[in-house]
Amino acid sequence: MEPTELSMLELGKKLGSGDLSSVEAVRACLSRVDRFDGQVKAFLKVDREGALAQAEAADRRRKDGRRAGPLDGVPVGLKDLFLTAGLPTTAGSAILEGFVAPYDGTVVKLLRAAGTPIVGKLNMDEFAMGSSTENSAFFPTRNPWNLETSPGGSSGGSAAAVAARMVFGALGTDTGGSIRQPAALSGIVGLKPTYGRVSRFGVVAFASSLDQVGPMTRDVPDCAALLQTIAVHDPCDSTSAPMKAPDYLAELEGGVRGMKLGLPREYFELPGMDPEVRAAVEAATRALEKLGAELVPVSLPHTKYALATYYLVAPAEASSNLARYDGVRYGLRAEGAGNLLAMYGRTRDQGFGLEVKRRVMLGTYALSAGYYDAYYLKAQKVRTLIKQDFTNAFHTVDAVLAPTSPTPAFRIGEKVSDPLAMYLNDVFTLPCNLAGLPGLSVPCGFTKGSLPIGLQVLGRPWDEARVLRIGRAFEREHDFHRRTPPLRAA
Amino acid sequence: MSVADFQPVIGLEVHAQLLTRSKIFCGCSTEFGAPPNAHTCAVCLGMPGVLPVLNETVVEFAVRVGRALGCRINPVSIWARKNYFYPDLPKGYQISQYDQPLCEHGALEIDTDDGPRRVRILRIHLEEDAGKNVHDAGGGDSLVDLNRSGVPLVEIVSEPDIRSSSEAAEYLKALRDVLVYLGVNDGNLEEGSFRCDANVSVMPKGATKYGQRVELKNINSFRFVQKAIDYEIGRQVELIESGGKVAMETRLFDAVRGETRSMRSKEEAHDYRYFPEPDLPPLRIPAGYVERIERELPELPRAKLHRFVGTYGLPAYDAKILVGDRALADLFEKVQAVYKGPAKKLSNWFLGELLRLMKEEARDVGALRFTPPQFASLLEMVDSGELSNNAAKDVFAEMFRTGRSPREVAQEKGLIQVQDTGAVEAAVDSVLAANPGEVEKYRAGKKQVLGFLVGQVMKAMKGKGNPALVNAALKAKLGD
Repeated sequence: MEPTELSMLELGKKLGSGDLSSVEAVRACLSRVDRFDGQVKAFLKVDREGALAQAEAADRRRKDGRRAGPLDGVPVGLKDLFLTAGLPTTAGSAILEGFVAPYDGTVVKLLRAAGTPIVGKLNMDEFAMGSSTENSAFFPTRNPWNLETSPGGSSGGSAAAVAARMVFGALGTDTGGSIRQPAALSGIVGLKPTYGRVSRFGVVAFASSLDQVGPMTRDVPDCAALLQTIAVHDPCDSTSAPMKAPDYLAELEGGVRGMKLGLPREYFELPGMDPEVRAAVEAATRALEKLGAELVPVSLPHTKYALATYYLVAPAEASSNLARYDGVRYGLRAEGAGNLLAMYGRTRDQGFGLEVKRRVMLGTYALSAGYYDAYYLKAQKVRTLIKQDFTNAFHTVDAVLAPTSPTPAFRIGEKVSDPLAMYLNDVFTLPCNLAGLPGLSVPCGFTKGSLPIGLQVLGRPWDEARVLRIGRAFEREHDFHRRTPPLRAA
Repeated sequence: MSVADFQPVIGLEVHAQLLTRSKIFCGCSTEFGAPPNAHTCAVCLGMPGVLPVLNETVVEFAVRVGRALGCRINPVSIWARKNYFYPDLPKGYQISQYDQPLCEHGALEIDTDDGPRRVRILRIHLEEDAGKNVHDAGGGDSLVDLNRSGVPLVEIVSEPDIRSSSEAAEYLKALRDVLVYLGVNDGNLEEGSFRCDANVSVMPKGATKYGQRVELKNINSFRFVQKAIDYEIGRQVELIESGGKVAMETRLFDAVRGETRSMRSKEEAHDYRYFPEPDLPPLRIPAGYVERIERELPELPRAKLHRFVGTYGLPAYDAKILVGDRALADLFEKVQAVYKGPAKKLSNWFLGELLRLMKEEARDVGALRFTPPQFASLLEMVDSGELSNNAAKDVFAEMFRTGRSPREVAQEKGLIQVQDTGAVEAAVDSVLAANPGEVEKYRAGKKQVLGFLVGQVMKAMKGKGNPALVNAALKAKLGD
């Protein structure tokens, strides 16, 4: 068996016992990158030397009896919007091509402290805007399960790299589903923690009130372990919660007996949901029922407004967050502009892709004098209602179950020319971000065409432990997460 | 009609730097005058991924200002982003406060020709400063210095309660004095730590509806404030009288030409697209916080002025000068606390010799070398007749420069006047004995001779005779 078939925690044990070295683990990853990434195209930057040097350091720590923790020496990848000192950080955009981060973001520091070698930086939709990685300024990433299809997005490179066993785990970010949707479409586990659980310092911002960093792994215990590593209060992020995270592994195996799990009518009644997705998700809910959970129908009546709300709030914040890419201090500066305004205009015209421009314009419009009340302010009020829906539901249930994405992986190119169809792919994931809740996607089956399907578990704020426990209870009943995509070296 | 037939209506917006050691949202130094971009980090450079963290001292300073101006301190205020593109604004937005500022509804009392008046304060909010574009560095390129990026500011917005350019200057001086007293601002207009924009309109006298206002920018001295406003009042009146209409616009004051010129019209006005800053939670002021800061507020300039007039019996003119510098006023009180003579006498010394020497030697109160008791004892030597007023000035200058005790200096310079009547009488006797002819003349009615005799006595006493004593002794002996 290739070492890359191990989970993070399994590898961690072998590294601890000396059965495997971190250098061997990194080499195994690099070997798969060499064999498969020409097809998958998950990586924007592979840092061979850096990863091997970090692996050697991890092996030395082990020999000296100073292992940093259960993940010391376990190779990971990072979505390319985590600032990593000395490595390029592009956020998938031409405007940051060649930009080398001057500092390590907080989660990167935490990973370094935990000893995980960083194999490289992973592809994404430009500035995390998209659901397919097709909005990457560089190239689309392909789904390891079917190279004609998308791995989802925006953290599609991270999902594909984990699914293709090119890294043991990865970090993504989720603003409207960007961890969970690609996790579902790529057959892996992905968690968006509660807003404020993980620091955003050193993460290229898309929409500040929605962005959250989270783990993308092969199984739920890895997800818990990686979350444990990064769920640390950060004084550099004023929205980071000043509380200590619980031990996410402690009660992971506790099962779901006696839990009340809500099935929101609005999610299951969506017209246009793929029948295979519906069948797999419903089967998953019945499996949880069999394990002792009580299924309770609930209503989240404002769900239908989530998409519209999201596409006002997120672009509004993005239009402001992306103002700093102006060609003055770093990144692309267009040549030949005769004056300041032309420099701004040309730089941003050349540096930003179509979807980014679309959202910057949407957001600028929504914040403009005379429109602010009708759009941005109204959206914030609806956001409160959506949050209230969940608060009400959580009076009666412990968590909510739903599909992660209404469809399995779609063909590359299929939705590029139809932004609305692309936006609709996030219809099940957006409310969780608007409400600031934790949301997990776990593999729950495959279509007849062998494309993965994801089950989503949404929990109360700060209740990641329970969300993970539910995901784990289901995961133990099947082997979906153990299957490996059928990649062949070209 | 003429300017005299119009009533100017003026409101001022003051941007004052808060003298914290570090910037408002990062740990960089706020020190002025460092090499370009020396005081910058990823945060104040607006690098990707950075987030602001509020400097608590900034809030404390702003609450001081708010309470000193009688404002309500809002228990919850909201940070907002003000979006616009400019090279000196690294994030493409300024973090400021918009519809829920930290402080609201205060007032500042000023002196006007018609007596004291309250100028209402509409609001005070916190924000970060931008950097600075440098255009004349050569090579045709413009450069950007971001040392000032993220320096904390309060913006203090008055209601349109000011009615003349001199009132505007008076308001600014009074405001600056308050900020300097609070220890939150150095009042330095030249270095840009205290900046002013003015909103100016005119209406026919007796009217109640304000005219169209024009915003004036770039006013960086008290003199310019008056000039800019006067120019603008004249321009608006002329425009109206010639049948024109004042346009809503922003105008820039050109200090060299002494005129204002249009910077941007209403159509060109920025839409700042304010919205709540998602990277910062609302600013919550804990219970008891305002009260604690209020207890620690110093006596403010106006209260001190009233007290100096009331308690020390000083003329308002003197008190105003002393109170104009908090340290000077403090020193005055320390000297007066040990000095037994009249306060007016001490005030004369402060306004005369002390300020003259401080100016000559460019030394502020903090750099003075002498102690309050030394100053007091110098004055007491004058009062007792040991030192003549002129000699005391010499002694003071030496004490000012070296911090040596005035008695020691006076003795060393031989300036102490002989107070011993026995010694004076002995000298008088010997002079009278040596000048019988002069004594005759005096007794015969030629009183002018007295001056000569006094001179002789002083000469005999090597100039140390107390002139009053010598005079009295001579007259007595001459039988006057």
